[in-house]
Amino acid sequence: MSDKHLLSRRRVLEYGSGLLAIAMIPAPALAAPTDADAAHQALFGDRTVTEGRVVLKVPPISENGYSVPLSVEVDSPMTEDDHVVRIAIFSEENPLPDVARFELGPRAGKARIDTRIRLGNTQKIRAVAEMNDGALYGTSTFSIVTLAACVL
Amino acid sequence: MAMTRIAAPAQATAGEIIQLKVLIRHPMETGYRRDLYGKQIPRDILKRFECRYNGETVFAAELFPAVAADPFLTFYTRATESGALEFRWTDQNGNVTSETRQLDVQ
Repeated sequence: MSDKHLLSRRRVLEYGSGLLAIAMIPAPALAAPTDADAAHQALFGDRTVTEGRVVLKVPPISENGYSVPLSVEVDSPMTEDDHVVRIAIFSEENPLPDVARFELGPRAGKARIDTRIRLGNTQKIRAVAEMNDGALYGTSTFSIVTLAACVL
Repeated sequence: MAMTRIAAPAQATAGEIIQLKVLIRHPMETGYRRDLYGKQIPRDILKRFECRYNGETVFAAELFPAVAADPFLTFYTRATESGALEFRWTDQNGNVTSETRQLDVQ
């Protein structure tokens, strides 16, 4: 058998065993909602979160989990006396509960951020905004993922 | 230096809220994926993005592996005075990619 063959017996065995090895590796355990709770607590402690003021937009059906558009907006005048200082995004089912954190100030003018994230599974995504007076506002939204970012 | 694309207005009126869009070419490798032979691909992510307006940080983001490859961010700032908008990305090893745009405020 010459080396010119794209799929020589040796190649098939090499790749085949590689794929088999991949198939045998257990996927990293996906996070549970409790991990998102823990991540939230590590960042914000036990302060109460009020529902509202935060609008989190993620498509209800994400066709591609590798790139999901996410938009978060907080209803705030963004003045020196009343502004958002931080927005955190948590995932309930990704291997890591943290998705992104944004730091803002009165100079932001508008508390809105758009980005693209990865989703490892059909899940709930949470957004929590911290105001300059320490108050927390939050919301969550659900997205069905048809093509999951499998091991992210 | 990673390829970056920045959409920032060149001019604005004082007090106007301007939209800034930034994108940087980066794999944002999560560290969970494996290659053809089952070997783990090491994590390689950008940790932080900052936007400085004449030296003062007006927006910052901490990024995690759940941010999609080629991180894209849209955010806003209020145009106060003419000057430089600096966009800085820092990766997990502390390497910085920086881009600057001039903003002219009337």
